[in-house]
Amino acid sequence: MFGQANVLAQGQAEFPPSVSDFYLPSILPWGAENSFWFTKITAMVWIAVGILIIFFLASYRNPQLVPTKKQWFAESIYGFVRNNIAVDMIGHAGVRFAPYFTTLFCFILLTNFFAIVPFFQISPNSHIAFPALLAAITYVMFNYVGIRHHGFVKYFKNSLVPPAPWYILPLLIPIEFFSTFLVRPFSLAVRLFANMFAGHMLLLVFTLGGFAMISANAWLAPVSVLSWVMTIALTFLEFLVIVLQAYVFTVLTASYVQGALAEEH
Amino acid sequence: MFYLAAEGGGAADHNPILPAWQELVVGGIAFILLCVVLMKFVFPRMEQTFQARVDAIEGGIKRAEAAQAEANKLLEQYRAQLAEARTDAAKIRDDARADAEGIRQDILAKAREESDRIIAAGKEQLAAERATIVRELRAEVGTIAVDLASKIVGESLADEARRKGTVDRFLSGLESAGAR
Repeated sequence: MFGQANVLAQGQAEFPPSVSDFYLPSILPWGAENSFWFTKITAMVWIAVGILIIFFLASYRNPQLVPTKKQWFAESIYGFVRNNIAVDMIGHAGVRFAPYFTTLFCFILLTNFFAIVPFFQISPNSHIAFPALLAAITYVMFNYVGIRHHGFVKYFKNSLVPPAPWYILPLLIPIEFFSTFLVRPFSLAVRLFANMFAGHMLLLVFTLGGFAMISANAWLAPVSVLSWVMTIALTFLEFLVIVLQAYVFTVLTASYVQGALAEEH
Repeated sequence: MFYLAAEGGGAADHNPILPAWQELVVGGIAFILLCVVLMKFVFPRMEQTFQARVDAIEGGIKRAEAAQAEANKLLEQYRAQLAEARTDAAKIRDDARADAEGIRQDILAKAREESDRIIAAGKEQLAAERATIVRELRAEVGTIAVDLASKIVGESLADEARRKGTVDRFLSGLESAGAR
């Protein structure tokens, strides 16, 4: 963003935007190109973690039976994930997963939300490292839960062998293995990453496109304005995607856990 | 700045589908910290609060039901006692009325008996007095009559036996005349 700000300030908008627009120079050491330890992205992750911790601890420091407004808000976030995701998907046993699902949901929602907050304007989840990390946790979690619940052999038998005639099993078992154990974590990570990546890219295209046109030819100014109006419209779309992807990630995690716990295939 | 680098083939430096391991580490630490804090200090307490709330509501309902039941029981008890007291009062009244009636009857009977007795005694006394008087009168009338007759006749009627027979005959004649 600092780079973009400079670019815009100097009226030298680079168009079209490229992948490198997602890799901003590091903050510490200042301006380093390939240092990832302390960048705007990691800073935002820490900020998100800090905001969530402070918000929840502050609003739940002194819980009352009759909740205050803040406490009610914190409770309704947890209650939403607990009742509408964990219990709905998994059933009564889902309550014990609700704390993790809520943490996951809040983390993704807030980090996604940075994509449309002024001066942040990029989501950490547009770097695949964070979605990949969360997907890996989900992957380990549903397998662990399944193995603990069923035992190693029964879990894999449940997961891999569908109730089908024996002669079709040689076809089905590899497909099941591929979809459950290979594709799942990737699809989970890539879905979130690609949505946030594409959202940021779209906003960049329309914002920078406006600058590119107006600096190319003053007569294109109305088109530039149209381009910026599109940016605003797309920001609303982006908001929808932000909430939806956070929800989808959590629901899919719950669904995988439910599948691992299910008695039959 | 970086856009110069990007122009110089910076895109080739960053493959967006390959995670940077530094970001994995940082993200992992941050996310685990978040998980630990929220899952340890916040959400379990929320569950406790939910449970406490359920208990409070259900407990309140139960307490209210218990109080209602007790009130109903007391009301029933009072009603039963009241009905009992009413029955007792009615019984006492009836008894008293019956007693009073009995006493009245007794007193009346006694009074009647007493009056009968007094009347009988009076009659007896009267009869006795009358008999006495008659006897005295008879003796006196006899004497007086004899005296009178002696004076009138002038002769001494000394003969006891004759005199007695004469007087008695006279008196009998008087009595039979009176009875007629």
